[in-house]
Amino acid sequence: MSATAAPVLDVRGLTLDFGDVRVLHGVDLHVYPGETLAVVGESGSGKSAASLAIMGLHDPRTARTGGAVVMEGAAGPQELLGLSPRALRAVRGREIAMIFQEPMTSLNPVQRVGTQIAEGLRLHRGLAGTALEGQVRESLREVGIPDPERRARAFPHELSGGMRQRVLIALALACNPRLLIADEPTTALDVTVQAQILDLLRRIQQARGMGLLFITHSMGVVAEIADRVAVMYGGRIVETAPAAQLFAHPRHPYTRALLGSLPEAAGDGPRRRLRTIPGSVIDLRNPPPGCAFQPRCDMPVALCAQMMPQLDPVAPARASRCHRWTEL
Amino acid sequence: MSALLEVDGLGVEFGLAAPPFRPQPRLHAVTDVSLTLDRGEIMGVVGESGSGKTTLGRAILRLQPPTSGTIRFDGERIDDLPNRRMGPVRRRMQAVFQDPTASLNPTMRVGEAVGEGLAVHRIGTHAERAERVGAMLERVGLPAAWADRYPRQLSGGQRQRVGIARALVMQPELLVADEAVSALDVSVQASIVNLLADLQAEMALALLFIAHDLDLVRHLCDRVLVLYLGRIMECGPTAEVFAHPRHPYTRALMLAVPRIAAVSRAGKPGLLPGEPPSPLDPPSGCVFRTRCPYAIDDCAKVVPPLEGGRHGAACIRQHEIQL
Repeated sequence: MSATAAPVLDVRGLTLDFGDVRVLHGVDLHVYPGETLAVVGESGSGKSAASLAIMGLHDPRTARTGGAVVMEGAAGPQELLGLSPRALRAVRGREIAMIFQEPMTSLNPVQRVGTQIAEGLRLHRGLAGTALEGQVRESLREVGIPDPERRARAFPHELSGGMRQRVLIALALACNPRLLIADEPTTALDVTVQAQILDLLRRIQQARGMGLLFITHSMGVVAEIADRVAVMYGGRIVETAPAAQLFAHPRHPYTRALLGSLPEAAGDGPRRRLRTIPGSVIDLRNPPPGCAFQPRCDMPVALCAQMMPQLDPVAPARASRCHRWTEL
Repeated sequence: MSALLEVDGLGVEFGLAAPPFRPQPRLHAVTDVSLTLDRGEIMGVVGESGSGKTTLGRAILRLQPPTSGTIRFDGERIDDLPNRRMGPVRRRMQAVFQDPTASLNPTMRVGEAVGEGLAVHRIGTHAERAERVGAMLERVGLPAAWADRYPRQLSGGQRQRVGIARALVMQPELLVADEAVSALDVSVQASIVNLLADLQAEMALALLFIAHDLDLVRHLCDRVLVLYLGRIMECGPTAEVFAHPRHPYTRALMLAVPRIAAVSRAGKPGLLPGEPPSPLDPPSGCVFRTRCPYAIDDCAKVVPPLEGGRHGAACIRQHEIQL
């Protein structure tokens, strides 16, 4: 991650509205080449909504997006919001690729996996014939699928969950994108397979110098994969920091509470109580006044219910959206 | 004192649809599982998908008939009990499942759902039942007045509280919690786990806590049972098993859990290769040997017995390998 290179993805003030419900309230994110940014949050935090908005995958009839999403492509920077569907299709798959939680629903069940990988290669890279076949095999081999000649002819249902997720990664990476967006890619997998997939993503990313935007709800997974972290709550980033610093010293009460509620934090020995966060996850249709986290916070003051705090710089590459971050 | 629950040599097989002119394939979901659970004890059951942990829980609850072995509840055999005689036993064993939305009837008010078991077993008068339901709702942290609400008016965490109330209002002696907190957000999960632990202690419940989250099991359980492809790999007191695992599979599972402490990047040691083989055709000998880094030829020959007493492991090399 070099500070001199331009970010491969630069998101400024991203907003998203469904009717009169605002789901994203101005999100700023950037990912450098070779860097992994993890976006972490609970249900309703807006983490998946943000990744779909970046990819332009929300239905324009119901969703309104605002702000700027700039992708540093092969031909220089390009604004993605407002692109025609046709222009967007040229970017998706070639410059940005995305993988999702459930590989079975992302793969076409009636098409052989080799055919599905070939589609992107034909479309974006103009490959055909034996060159295409060879590249399909190479893509499968790179993601650790044994016997790629045979597996290329398999249908998705003939593969295990872990193998399907590998196929999906092969499919996403076939055209050598500059940015991969991974939305909870290991959540549906067993822990031993999750460890394999995280290891695979890490190795491929390092080898290619690709930017990785990794969406997850699990702080453990963040610790395994992220260089930097953005914590979201109620459609806003509430804290952003380099991963090691975030875990060593969270500077937002929500981050601190999330980390504190993990069984890992309760220490050894059975039957210790877990620390809890009171209340329930925010209702976006009816957000509280002031800071969105204030009703569940363990250190609110009167100001918190009156004014939404700014995302204040705390240190180089660190920021916190809390009126009282200096006291944390 | 005898244990509340004694499972001995339990096997559960499922027959699948047979292809023409071929023998019917048998899926071995649970094979030769023995365990005992005392009153007031919490046992964690861990394992990956297909390990048989859910089937084990269902067999104990008699929701799934076993194909071999015996199950004793409070000294009485229940595995061969006819359904009409299961009624009184069912009152004493209750379950909480993973998805509170799917396990609650959407057209039934919270109060009816919680009181349904009491009504079925004709416990108390209508007024007494309503009173018990209200008290139970308050005990799980919901206002008694919410008895009039429908499940859709509740959040996921609140629905799971209803699921717990519905099970515990029967004052059972055994509770089977199958991934009861897996679907919940982290911040909500902690309060449900605390609630389960409080109620368990208060009611001296025996709790079978089925989960894939090793950290939670470590936190909550007195003893832990590690399953792989339907067989017990290791079983023992939680603290001992986690501090000194004696089966390579337990060790591998622990290593695979993503950790915040000691952030280790790249080249993680002991990454388990591949995925569990098909339960339709489990490997001979030790079922774990196809993924085990310590496997030798002998592992294919015999099914390793669970050895070691209180802290047992099913591995023929457990005394020679350093984990």
